Amino acid sequence: MIPVPPPSEPATKTRRPLPAVVWPLVALAAILVVDGFISPSFFSIRLVEGRLYGSLIDIVYRGTPIALLALGMAIVIGAKGIDLSVGSVVAIAGAVMAHFIHLGFDPAVVVAATLAVGLLCGLWNGFLVAVLSIQPIIATLILMVAGRGIALMINGGRIPTFRSDFFSALSTGRIWVIPSRLFLVALVFLVLWAVLRRTAFGLFVEAVGGNASAARLAGIGTRMVTLATYGISGVCAALAGIIITGDTRSSDAVTAGMWSELDAILAVVLGGASLNGGRIFLATTLVGVLIIQSLTTSILMSGLPPEFNLVVKAVVILAVLLVQAPKVRTAVGSLVAAFRPRRTER
Amino acid sequence: MRERRLPILATIAVFVLLYALGGLHFNHFLSTGVFGNLLTDNAFVIIAGLGMTFVILSGGIDLSVGSMIGFVGIAMATMVAHGWHPLAAIAVLLVMGIVLGALMGWIIDAFEIQPFIVTLTAMFLLRGLCFVISLDSVPIKHPFVEAFSDFHLALPGDGWLSGPALVMLAALAFAVVVAHFTRFGANVYAVGGDAASALLLGVPVRRTIVGVYALNGAFGVLAGATYAFYTSSGYPLAASGVELDAIAAVVIGGTLLTGGVGLVIGTVFGGLIQGLIQTLIIFDGSLDSWWIRIVIGGLLFVFIVLQKLIMRSVTALGASAAPG
Repeated sequence: MIPVPPPSEPATKTRRPLPAVVWPLVALAAILVVDGFISPSFFSIRLVEGRLYGSLIDIVYRGTPIALLALGMAIVIGAKGIDLSVGSVVAIAGAVMAHFIHLGFDPAVVVAATLAVGLLCGLWNGFLVAVLSIQPIIATLILMVAGRGIALMINGGRIPTFRSDFFSALSTGRIWVIPSRLFLVALVFLVLWAVLRRTAFGLFVEAVGGNASAARLAGIGTRMVTLATYGISGVCAALAGIIITGDTRSSDAVTAGMWSELDAILAVVLGGASLNGGRIFLATTLVGVLIIQSLTTSILMSGLPPEFNLVVKAVVILAVLLVQAPKVRTAVGSLVAAFRPRRTER
Repeated sequence: MRERRLPILATIAVFVLLYALGGLHFNHFLSTGVFGNLLTDNAFVIIAGLGMTFVILSGGIDLSVGSMIGFVGIAMATMVAHGWHPLAAIAVLLVMGIVLGALMGWIIDAFEIQPFIVTLTAMFLLRGLCFVISLDSVPIKHPFVEAFSDFHLALPGDGWLSGPALVMLAALAFAVVVAHFTRFGANVYAVGGDAASALLLGVPVRRTIVGVYALNGAFGVLAGATYAFYTSSGYPLAASGVELDAIAAVVIGGTLLTGGVGLVIGTVFGGLIQGLIQTLIIFDGSLDSWWIRIVIGGLLFVFIVLQKLIMRSVTALGASAAPG
C-alpha cells in the first residue's frame, strides 16, 4: 500500500518470468485436484432429465452472478478504479425488474429498463470519479450505502414476488443441455473481449489505469474512458441482478447480492490483476470466480461443517494472494537463481 | 493551514443544525436524556471509528472491524458461559486483536498487498470464526455485565451517561492523546501524508503501519466488548456492515481518505451525526427506515464534495503563492 518508490529492481530481466496468467490456473488446478481426492465422483458429469448434473457444472452455474460482476469489475480495476456499489446495484436492478414485471410490461421492456437503471447507477459512480475526481473507493461507497435504501424504497419495504416464464427460463432454464445463464456469461465475455481487444478501448482503459496524466497528455479522453468503465460495471451488475432475482422470483432488497462486491473484487485480484490498475485480465478473472466458487463447493463436499466455509476460504485466498505478490515472487525467484548456478558448476 | 480545519467546522455545523432541527420539531428532543441515549447507542460505532481514523490517517482502510465486533461478542459470550470473568475474556481477546492487527499491518507493508484486500480477507476469517464458535445467539449472563448495564452517571436533567458512553469517552481521550500528543501519532500523519518522504525523513514506516493496525485491532476489540455488553449477548452475524458505518463516520468527520489530514474528534461527530439522523427519523415516525441509508449516503456525498472544494482552493492558493 505504501507508495514507497520501488528500491531499484535488480536487473533480472534477462530471463522472462512466467506469465501472470499461469498462477490463477495453477491455484484452480490445485483446488480441483484436492477435490478429486476428496470425492472420486467430483469430475463425473451426468445427464439427468435433459440437464447436465455434476459438481463441475454446479460450480460454473453458481458462479454466474459473481462472474458477471467480476467482468465489469475487471475493467473498472483496469482503469485504477474500484466499484463497491455493485451489490447494491444488484438490489436496485432486482427491485426495478420486479416493479416493471408487476406493471405488466413485456420482458424486453423490463430488461431494457433494468439495464438502463444499471447504466445510470454506473454513470453516477463514473461522474463522481471522473468529473468530481473523488477517490473511487469512497465515490462508490456512497451508492453502496444508499443503494439498498433506494431498492427498499422501490420495493415499498416489502419483498415483491413475481412469476415470469421469460426470466425463469433465463435464470434457471437451459438451452439444449446447458444452463441458459452460462450463455449469458459467454455472451457478455465475448462482447467485452471484442470491445476491449478489437477496438482501442481496452488500450485506453489500460493507459488510464497505468498512468492517467500520461494518458491525458497522449490525447486520450480520460474522463470519458473512466465514465465508460463504471457504466459497463453498472450494466454488468444489472445483468447479475436479473439472474439473481430471476432465480429467487422475488426481489429482496436487503440480501440480494449481499457482499457480492467483495467476491467480485477478490475474483479480479485472484485473476492476477493489481488494484493499482493498468491491466485487464478478463479470462483469468473468470478463473478467479471459479477458484472462489470451487472453494465453497469443495468445503461443502469435504464433510467439514459448513461453518468452516469462510475460515478456509480466507486462509486459501490469503495463500493465493501471497503467492501472487510480486515481492514474494521476486524472493522465490532470487532463491531459485541462487541455487541454480551451483548446480551447473558441478 | 487554516483551511484544513474547515471540514471539521462543517461537520460540527451540520451536527448543531441537525440538533436544532430536532429541537424545533420535537418537544422532548433537546433533553440530556436524548443526548445520553445518542452517546450510548452509537458508542460501539464511534469506538470502531476511532481505530479506523488512525488507519485512514495512515492512508489505509480496514474492512474487518464489523466482523471483529461480531467475533469479540460471540467469543466473549462463549467464554463467559464457560465460567470466564468478562474482563479476563476481554484481556485475552485484546491481545488477540492486537496480534491480528499487527499481522495485517505487517502483511500490508512487507508484501505490498493493498490494505483493502488484506483486511477483506481478515473480514472473512473473523466472520468465519464467529460461525465456528457458534451458529446461534449466546446470552451473556454475569453479575459484572449486569452491574455494567445498571451503571449510570447522572447528567443534569433527565439524562445519564451509561457504561458504553463512558467507555467511548475514555477511548476518545486515549485516541486524542495518541494521535496528537505522541511521536507515534505524528508518524501516522507523516506516513499518511507522504510515505516516501516520511521514509526519507527517518520515520519508521513499517513500525508505524504495524502499530496503526495493531491499535485499530485494540479499538475493534473494545468496540466489540462494548457492543456485547450493550446487547448482553453475542451473535455470529452481529455488526455486519459496521465497517461501512465506521468509515462513513471518519469521512463525515472530515478526515481525508487519501491520508494525512484529519482530526480524531471529527470521527465522534461523524458517528453522532449518523446516530442523530437515525434518531430524527425514528422520532418522526412517518418516514420509513430506508431513508436512514439514503440520507447518510447523501450526506457522505455532500461532505466529500465539500472536502474536494476546500482542498482545491487550498491547492490553488498554494500554487498562486509559489509561482514557477
